[in-house]
Amino acid sequence: MSTGQFQLRSRLRGATDVAVTTLAILATVVVVTPLVAIFAYLLVKGAASLNVDFFTHVPKPPGELGGGMANAILGSGILLVLASAIGIPIGIGGGIFLAEFGRGSKLANAVRFTADVLNGVPSIVMGVAVYGLVVSQQHSFIPFSGHFSAFSGGVALGIMMIPTVCRTTEEMLLMVPHAVREAALGLGVPNWRSVLSITVRTASPGIITGCMLAFARVAGETAPLIFTALGNQFWSTSLNEPIAALPLQIWVYALSPYDDWHRLAWAGALVLIVLIVLAVSLVRFVTSRGVLKGTS
Amino acid sequence: MGVGIEVQNLNAWYGNNHTLQDINLNIPANHATALIGPSGCGKSTFVRCLNRMHETNPIARVTGVVRIGELDIYSDAKPVEIRRRVGMVFQRPNPFPTMSIYDNVAAGLKLNGYANKRSLDEIVERSLKNSALWEEVKDDLKKKSGASLSGGQQQRLCIARALAVDPEVLLMDEPASALDPVSTSKIEDLIFQLKSQYTIVIVTHNMQQAARVAEKTGFFLNGRMVEFESTHKIFTNPSDKRTEDYITGRFG
Amino acid sequence: MHVEVKVPEIRLRQAQTQPEGRSGSEKNPAQAPRDGHSPVRRFLLSRGNSAVADRGFHWLMVLCALSIFGIVALIVWELLKGSHLAWTSFHFEFFYKSYTNTFDGQTSYWDPVNGQFSAVPFIYGTLVSSFLALMIAVPLAVGVAIFLTEMCPRMLRGPLAFLTELLAAIPSIVYGLWAVFELVPLLRVHVNPLLTQYLGWTGLFKDDNPTGLGFVAAAVILAIMILPIISSLTREVMTAVPHSQREAVLALGATRWEMIRMGVLRNARIGIVGGIILGLGRALGETMAVTMVIGNTPEIHKSLLSNGTSMASVLANEFAEAVSDLHRSALIEIGLALFIVTIIVNALAQLLVWAVTRGAPAEAH
Repeated sequence: MSTGQFQLRSRLRGATDVAVTTLAILATVVVVTPLVAIFAYLLVKGAASLNVDFFTHVPKPPGELGGGMANAILGSGILLVLASAIGIPIGIGGGIFLAEFGRGSKLANAVRFTADVLNGVPSIVMGVAVYGLVVSQQHSFIPFSGHFSAFSGGVALGIMMIPTVCRTTEEMLLMVPHAVREAALGLGVPNWRSVLSITVRTASPGIITGCMLAFARVAGETAPLIFTALGNQFWSTSLNEPIAALPLQIWVYALSPYDDWHRLAWAGALVLIVLIVLAVSLVRFVTSRGVLKGTS
Repeated sequence: MGVGIEVQNLNAWYGNNHTLQDINLNIPANHATALIGPSGCGKSTFVRCLNRMHETNPIARVTGVVRIGELDIYSDAKPVEIRRRVGMVFQRPNPFPTMSIYDNVAAGLKLNGYANKRSLDEIVERSLKNSALWEEVKDDLKKKSGASLSGGQQQRLCIARALAVDPEVLLMDEPASALDPVSTSKIEDLIFQLKSQYTIVIVTHNMQQAARVAEKTGFFLNGRMVEFESTHKIFTNPSDKRTEDYITGRFG
Repeated sequence: MHVEVKVPEIRLRQAQTQPEGRSGSEKNPAQAPRDGHSPVRRFLLSRGNSAVADRGFHWLMVLCALSIFGIVALIVWELLKGSHLAWTSFHFEFFYKSYTNTFDGQTSYWDPVNGQFSAVPFIYGTLVSSFLALMIAVPLAVGVAIFLTEMCPRMLRGPLAFLTELLAAIPSIVYGLWAVFELVPLLRVHVNPLLTQYLGWTGLFKDDNPTGLGFVAAAVILAIMILPIISSLTREVMTAVPHSQREAVLALGATRWEMIRMGVLRNARIGIVGGIILGLGRALGETMAVTMVIGNTPEIHKSLLSNGTSMASVLANEFAEAVSDLHRSALIEIGLALFIVTIIVNALAQLLVWAVTRGAPAEAH
């Protein structure tokens, strides 16, 4: 290879290097821009549309100005409490099985794999399944079945939480040192007590964070609620009735022809995000003062 | 008060690995007994068989008879019951990281359902005094976490935790191997004081430590117990050639 | 066998401190021996071996774990049951059939009022929007991952990683809202005309849709949504590449790009593919944002700027107001098809990611 060719190739290599660096930086800018844009719009449009009415009033009939989403905020709260009551205990139980009892077993591997795959099942499919189970027919063994209801919405969201909570719980439990388990066993503490009071408690900050992530994820879910909780323009706290939810209300309003409802949709989106962030940081704050303190 | 331990034909496996072969010995009550030997000789496995911790590993297996006091631990009782009577201190200090010092000491009783708060306070205080930690921690019993103490303090906390359930036997698996010399000597002093009340079995790789604290010493090699004699005899006039080689530092 | 006890002859060191608490022992409950046992010991002896509680707890946890299978069984059962009617009516024709309109001779696929159902436009829409989204997202995601792991100044790395992770926490409905009011107008006014002007010759871009909705809009918002998944996984596998690999290539006199290409990307490629497939799985099932911008027209056009629909969208739009049992059943069958596809895609992605993170990339070749 002559010197000239070598220099040319060397210059080419240098140029490629610069080009790739530029492209990588460009890609990052392109990715960050929409994110910043989404947050900016959310803050500007949402904040401009927020007022006291939003938190105190139910929606006005189509075409009338004003109104709020008070019922949807309450409805989301009810749905999420129900979902957490179903999803968190079962998910944590599954995680305990994976980390404490089934380690290395075929069953545990199968559960782990299925949970991961289940995590990727579209939420709308989950909605269809719960519709089929709870909404479409009345069963004597399922409460509030046979029609659209808050209960069915909570079940759909709760089921969606299980795989996430299960896997994060497992991961957090696996991080607890073996020595801590041995210490508890060495004291003659029954296994169930040792798992709950020692292992789970030691891992609790991480488990709580995992639960909050699952919570935040289902808090914004719309698709599984469309044909379970259905939505409601009025106040309702009954598990037996269709119930309003923030994401559902945002959806309805965003696709409506009224500017005033678009405004409310932005306000709803802002409130939804703020509620999610608030819930997550609140739990973080509480646990960092209590349980987390001991781990330092 | 402590009770004696009688071991007959104890065999233990770890997978296909025959880690303990035909162990027979009698450990006297209310005395300290040391087990020495090169690493991998089975001495740790042996003490873990005395409170059935060995079997917490799914691939582990044990045969033989171990009597603690009157109790045949492999046929008369469940592991949980054994471990309440046989306390254990591990190689690395392992306090419960999320618990306060107080809760660490009270853990064995609280987690077994003991609810009498006043007597719990007394037990915690006494256990910490017995483990010579009381003066250092009495001001922040409930404020500080067990994990915030120094390594030596943590190990004494673990001893206090084991003492709080008033065990009959105290097993110590190289309790000072992860500690500095000052902490080590504190632990040794402690063993010296405790052995009048408890039957203590201490595994150590440190022969001076065995000589300092124990009345009797067993020498383990390749999963067998080569010699079990008074400490004095082991260190001055061992009857087995292999013991002598080990004591004099020819191997291990 | 002798239980002979000797006083130890060797005392190299005497105990220096007396334990303080010993003197007050008569007050201590644990040291007042009656019947040979202290109260503490008597209490502990009175506790059972809790074998029943332990076994119960064990099985309860097994039950929780089995609920994962229960959920899958529930989904499969409900989807099969619900789609039975559509299946007996159309069989496999459901997935390739088209109808000819009796009035104008035009091809149609989906007419609930006249009982005509075919999944073709929905499958087409889901595939087109998802793959288009991947084409946009993958290069960007890999670029971001390269920037974050190999080039980014340390102080920017944390905030940027946090930002991209934040994208994953935004609910789909909020993406949809932003897309409807900001992205779609932007595309309509600025991007679509350009696409038509420069790429119109391919026939894929025909700016005859005044709404700005359609496949391109859906693909862009999908790309934004799946970017964090792909880039965070890519970042993960790239950081997992040992430093020695990079140094080995650098030591040969390679430029930074050559080092990234040969030392990092080559080693991380299986993990990256896993991330891409995981992103695909998410894109296939994404519902709300797509429904809001894809136009919801069950037709097939060559132009990517025309209105379309997707499997998830039609469920979201029509399920609650299905006009007949057959209509609902057909929708559930679309749901079943979507479920099967996403299960396969996710399982594949999971296997790839596992193969990498378990440090056994050889198995996945």
